[in-house]
Amino acid sequence: MSFDIEVERHLGDRTIALSLSTQSRLTALFGPSGAGKTSILNMVAGLLRPDRGRIAVDGTVLFDSALGIDMPVERRRAGYVFQDGRLFPHKRVRDNLLYGYRLAEPGNRLMTLDEATDFLGIGHLLDRWPRTLSGGEAQRVAIGRALLSGARFLLMDEPLSSLDFTRRQEVMRVIERLRDKLSLPILYVSHDRAEVDRLAECVFALDMAPAVS
Amino acid sequence: MEAFWLTAEEWEIVRLSLKVSAVAVGATLPVAFGLAWLLARGRFPGRILLDALVHLPLVVPPVVTGWVLLLAFGANGPAGRFFSEWLGVTFMFRWTGAALAAAIMALPLMVRAMRLSIEAVDHRLEDAARTLGASRLRTFATVSLPLAFPGVLAGAVLGFARSVGEFGATITFVSNIPGETRTLPLAIYGALQVPGQESQVWRLALIAIALSLLALILSEALARRAGAGKAGHVL
Repeated sequence: MSFDIEVERHLGDRTIALSLSTQSRLTALFGPSGAGKTSILNMVAGLLRPDRGRIAVDGTVLFDSALGIDMPVERRRAGYVFQDGRLFPHKRVRDNLLYGYRLAEPGNRLMTLDEATDFLGIGHLLDRWPRTLSGGEAQRVAIGRALLSGARFLLMDEPLSSLDFTRRQEVMRVIERLRDKLSLPILYVSHDRAEVDRLAECVFALDMAPAVS
Repeated sequence: MEAFWLTAEEWEIVRLSLKVSAVAVGATLPVAFGLAWLLARGRFPGRILLDALVHLPLVVPPVVTGWVLLLAFGANGPAGRFFSEWLGVTFMFRWTGAALAAAIMALPLMVRAMRLSIEAVDHRLEDAARTLGASRLRTFATVSLPLAFPGVLAGAVLGFARSVGEFGATITFVSNIPGETRTLPLAIYGALQVPGQESQVWRLALIAIALSLLALILSEALARRAGAGKAGHVL
C-alpha cells in the first residue's frame, strides 16, 4: 500500500506543490482551506492535470510528465469520495451504488452490493432518491459507490465536513473500519486536526502556498 | 351550433399544421441539441459569431428568411439541388418546404432552451461519473443527457409552438397552397381576405391560441422540473 506523489501545478497566481511518499493505510493531507488539498486529490484522480511530476499508487504509474504517461480518469480506479457527496440525483440509491460496479471488470470488484450495504448499514436506503437522504446517509452511500467501483485506492475529500456531530461520529467509525478491514490505501484530506489525529497513520501538512511574484 | 364545429377542410388545415410542425421539430432536434451543446460547452474562436447566426431568424424580418430559403433551397439553389439529387427531397410549393421554414424559425428558441438546461448540468457530477469508470461518451449518455433531458423536451415543445405559428417565411418561401403549405396562420390570413369568413377565422384562431397556450404551459412545467433536478443534488 503506497502513494508516491510528486506534483506541481499553477492555478491562477498560486503554485500547488507536493512531494509525498507513504506506505501508510491512511495518509492525511492536512492544512487550511485554500492550500490546494482538493487540487492534489483531483490530480491523483486525473481530474486535474499537473504541470509536471509523477503519481504512482502501489507501483502503478498514473501520471508521469517525463515519460508522457497520463492515464485517463476512468481507468485509474480511484474511489473518490467527494466533500459534497455528488450522488446522481436522477438515480435511486441502488443505481448510484451500482453505477461503478457495473463498469468494473468482474475481477476488480472488491465486494458485492450486499456486502457493501451491510458494511455501511445502508441496506434500507436502496430504493430512496438521493435528495431524501440525510447528510450522513448520503455520505455513506457515496463511500459505498466508491468502494463498489472496483477501486484500488480511496481519495476522501473532507467527507465529514458537511455533517453534524452525531453523523460525524457515525461516518468516522465507518472510515476507521475501511482503514482496518480493507487493503486499500486511503488519501484523506481535512482541515480538522482532531479528525486527522484520530484517523491518520501519517500526516502531511500543506501550508498556504506562497503566491508567485 | 354548426358554427363551432370545424369543417372537413379546416380539420385538414389543422392536421397539416401539426404534421409540418412535428416534422420540423423532429428533424431540427438533433441539430439544435448539437448547437446548444457547442454553445454551452465549446470554447472555440467564432463562438460568438455562431451564437449570433443561430439567433438571426429571431430578429431578421421573416420575409427575408423566406427569400434566403428561396435562393438556397429553390429548384436552382445549391442546397435545393443537393437535396433533390442526393436525397430525393424537394421543397418548392410543398409541405416539406413549410416544415423547413418552420424549422429555421424554431431553431433559435430550441437552442436557447436546450443551452440553458445543458449549462445547468453540474460538471462535478460528470467528474464523479468519470472517477467511477465511465468514459466521456458513457458519462454523456448516463449523466449529462438525462439531467438535461427535461430542458431538451421543453425546447422541443417551444419549437413546436413556434412552428405552428410560423407565417412570414413560409408564405414567402412556399406560397399559400391548400393541402400542401396552407397551415393555420396562412389559412387565417387567407380567410381574412375574403368577406363573410369571420366564423372560420374565429374557429382557426381559437385553435391556434389553444395550441400555443398548451405548449407554453407544458414547456414551462418541463423547465421547472429541470430546475428542481438541479436543486435536488446538493448532496
